Amino acid sequence: MEKITTFTGVAVPLKRSNVDTDQIIPAVYLKRITKTGFDDALFAAWRGDSDFVLNQEPYKTGEVLIAGADFGTGSSREHAVWALRDYGFKAVFSSKFADIFRGNAGKQGLIAGVITDEDTEALWAAIEANPGVGATVNLLDQTVSIGSLSVPFQIDEYTRWRLLEGLDDIGLTLQNEQAITEFEAKRPSWKPKTLPAKGV
Amino acid sequence: MTTKPLTLAEKVWNDHLVVKGENGSPDLLYIDLHLVHEVTSPQAFDGLRLAGRPVRRTDLTIATEDHNTPTLDIDKPIADVTSRTQIEALRKNAAEFGVRIHSLGDANQGIVHVVGPQLGLTQPGMTVVCGDSHTSTHGAFGSLAMGIGTSEVEHVMATQTLPLKPFKTMAINVEGTLRPGVTAKDIILAVIAKIGTGGGQGYVLEYRGSAIRSLSMEGRMTICNMSIEAGARAGMVAPDETTYAFLKGRPHAPEGSEWDEAVAYWNTLPTDEGAKFDAEVNIDANTLDPFVTWGTNPGQGVSLLENVPNPADYADANEREAAENALKYMDLKAGTPMKSIKVDTVFLGSCTNGRIEDLRAAASVIQGHTKHPDITMLVVPGSAKVRLQAEAEGLDQIFKDFGAEWRFAGCSMCLGMNPDQLGVGERSASTSNRNFEGRQGKGSRTHLVSPVVAAATAVRGTLSSPSDLEPAFPLTTGIATLGEN
Repeated sequence: MEKITTFTGVAVPLKRSNVDTDQIIPAVYLKRITKTGFDDALFAAWRGDSDFVLNQEPYKTGEVLIAGADFGTGSSREHAVWALRDYGFKAVFSSKFADIFRGNAGKQGLIAGVITDEDTEALWAAIEANPGVGATVNLLDQTVSIGSLSVPFQIDEYTRWRLLEGLDDIGLTLQNEQAITEFEAKRPSWKPKTLPAKGV
Repeated sequence: MTTKPLTLAEKVWNDHLVVKGENGSPDLLYIDLHLVHEVTSPQAFDGLRLAGRPVRRTDLTIATEDHNTPTLDIDKPIADVTSRTQIEALRKNAAEFGVRIHSLGDANQGIVHVVGPQLGLTQPGMTVVCGDSHTSTHGAFGSLAMGIGTSEVEHVMATQTLPLKPFKTMAINVEGTLRPGVTAKDIILAVIAKIGTGGGQGYVLEYRGSAIRSLSMEGRMTICNMSIEAGARAGMVAPDETTYAFLKGRPHAPEGSEWDEAVAYWNTLPTDEGAKFDAEVNIDANTLDPFVTWGTNPGQGVSLLENVPNPADYADANEREAAENALKYMDLKAGTPMKSIKVDTVFLGSCTNGRIEDLRAAASVIQGHTKHPDITMLVVPGSAKVRLQAEAEGLDQIFKDFGAEWRFAGCSMCLGMNPDQLGVGERSASTSNRNFEGRQGKGSRTHLVSPVVAAATAVRGTLSSPSDLEPAFPLTTGIATLGEN
């Protein structure tokens, strides 16, 4: 994963609470063989409605989602995070996240930041006063800012550290790169290798 | 200097330790061989692509196609779109990442757990993983082999290591001599019936004792294969002369002085005298009969000479309810003799019993008999090589003359991801590993059996052992008891 410290992207107000994972991505999209390419599946049921926020011109290139309370409830599908990420979102803010969704987000490099209900309302107001405005997310000091408005967000310390360092589970293992390489150097030469292929 | 006596599993674990976990964090183990198939790999490859990572050790990775592959018309495009998509994705990924692949039509294609040993890639003292729970098969060589999930598949591809929490060890001691007609499959079905489908949870099983030592590698693979059905992540058998004889001369086996070096190391692997297991289970091989399942999990099995059990006889309420539900699903009545159960389809194949020895055993039973007219029999070799070998020995002709269908290699009816499925309410005698509800097709009913029981069943139309055939296959009958010592 890439290291995340601070970035600015188009802010999108999703003025709904209880956005469950079936709304984020319907089950019909789970049969695919990829971990990417789910951008068309994001909020699929709502995308057909021309009034839906992502169908509004200023928000089409959204990267920072400001959502109502209880975001990501329902099934454990990691596809919900993949769909948000594939669409282009790098961060989601809500006053409350479902635990599994928040865990999945952390694994995939999507910031799931907890803000207060009051700050949610304030950010929505700031966006609607200036549609298409960018929000600056700062993971170092844990703030999200639009213009002069800056609000703090919460994220668990371990996830924050991993995102700042750009470490996924594989990345963490690769911190032991030297130990792995040293182990490999000591493996006996007679241990089998699949390449070059024999017996073909 | 005295060192603590260790078990086989502990030795293999210690020899692959890259980083010892501290404060309860997992150990990081090196993986010697990563087997890949089409179902559990696409998202893993995609994860690598997304992170811009290569497959770290393509020379320790090999892919084949098995779960989705058709067993008929393999020269034609795969009809099922989902199956075709998964297989095409594997081919594309293998090409992009430089992974060796044996595709449908290739002589080395087949069930991943048949292909690895056949090529000599599975050797004693290795760590072997695959995104498939039956990876435990490879433990027959004295390797630590286990199934992993898709995220772990990606992890191994990227790092050639896996963070793993320590396990407990269980010795399964099988002493004595199997009677004619009783096989490795009957041993493992008896083990699972004894310890239950959750009995092995958290353990690595080591199968020991004179009955195990006298088994062929194929038989040992059958036993280790179903360790997962007892809840264990891995099962192992210590390497010995039988192991070495199987390996010697295989394409990827060590040669010359490297062979001697390897054997010297392999000889250090068997569990030390005095090593302590966390649990021990004893099975008396002398008294085993052919085993068969009556229910919907592999632990619901009895001797073929017994009757369908009565749920009321179970003291445990959960087991009683499970038995009631199983009998309802299986459409069986308590007290019915197992041998009177009529089946529709006999399936000979799978990573459990799709090897050459299994086909030979079944062919020897049916030779000189004709198939029961109500039975459909599918013979699906575990790999293309097994199929070729069987044809070279004339086994295919024996099966065809008998009236069985001689198919191409793959997982086939074991799990019905390809078109080989049972219909609703259809009953099979199957040499595979799982008798779950709907496993072999929606509404299907499965009885797990050994290859020789499958063969005898195909002759008689009801669950049968070779000794039931006229003229009788040599089998001395005995009273059905599981060793209690």
